Amino acid sequence: MTVSYENSKAVFDGIKAAGIRSISALPETWLGLLLQRAEDDPEVDLIQVAKEEEAVGIAAGAYFAGEPHILLMQNHGFFAAMNGIISLAQLYSVPLCMLIAVRGHWGEPYPWHTRGGIVTEGLLQALNIPYHHARDPALVAREIAEAYTLSQSSLSPVALLLTRDLMEV
Amino acid sequence: MERVQCLELIYPEIEDKLVVTIMGACAQELYDLGHRENFFYLQHAMGLASSIGLGLASHLPHEKVIVLDGDGSALMNLGTFTTLARYRPRNLLHIIFDNGSLLSTGGFESHTTSGVTDLAAIARGAGIEHAAAVDSPLAFGEAFVEAMERDDLGVIVARVDAVGPDNYGMDFALPENAFRFKRCVQERRAATGWEPPPQPGHAGSA
Repeated sequence: MTVSYENSKAVFDGIKAAGIRSISALPETWLGLLLQRAEDDPEVDLIQVAKEEEAVGIAAGAYFAGEPHILLMQNHGFFAAMNGIISLAQLYSVPLCMLIAVRGHWGEPYPWHTRGGIVTEGLLQALNIPYHHARDPALVAREIAEAYTLSQSSLSPVALLLTRDLMEV
Repeated sequence: MERVQCLELIYPEIEDKLVVTIMGACAQELYDLGHRENFFYLQHAMGLASSIGLGLASHLPHEKVIVLDGDGSALMNLGTFTTLARYRPRNLLHIIFDNGSLLSTGGFESHTTSGVTDLAAIARGAGIEHAAAVDSPLAFGEAFVEAMERDDLGVIVARVDAVGPDNYGMDFALPENAFRFKRCVQERRAATGWEPPPQPGHAGSA
């Protein structure tokens, strides 16, 4: 299995079509081609973090600045960001639009991803974070725009889950 | 040296800047000197004040952003020094009040108390060129003036006593601080001729 070049492009194009030019991310395999595009695109501002919780702070700063912003991370990075999500974003009503690569779920061959894949949805539910699975490249642009819109209108974290169907070929 | 002395010293300079402060004593001391709509108090999420500062500074190049951090918070997010160094926002000054203590949660010694952990050296090692360590009001004031005059990312680690205010309290709820801070930031941005970007997905009706 390899990462889908075409669908990585569809996700990146969807981010830009949603009017978002500012991205914070921690690279992971499924996000690699997507982040390469972000890095190469002079219109896009990419801040790569050392740990995903930093991206919550950066997203809050971008929100205060009035700049549409999106966070890209793996589900294990979502776990690492959790206190920031709760004690900054949710506590202060700061919107977060998160695109989360869900590793360790249906079809996962690598044992090290599996425990995180199994608990991801339960943790999103525990945090009252609305989420949606993105599976179809034809729909992903609209799903990104909708995730961003809901994050802004609800002043809450929202998660669009990037699935194996979408990210691998 | 007490942190409040440092804050009193720089207050006239920072009262019109975008300021992000950490929780507890530091937030309260700044508030007690006089709240401004351009102050944001991060009363939880330890470690993220500098990340908020990076998000502000990188999107608002016309503003000077001041982050008021502490040793306990900085130790929770050491990676932030590497991210700041890599993107080097030239309009960000990161001040860390190092009292060697987790004062707000009972005064337990932090890792900097023993003297073996040097936050300014960590910042320099992360790649931040201008990282000063000071332990007197005079040295702090000088480092601050230099940092404000220099058009570059700066870190000042100020060794202070582990003391804080006697009383705590602010007259607004936490989300209210966020709403008002955002409004203030946007009004300042608008004053520079900035137009808000179109909101994606906005259908123009409820």
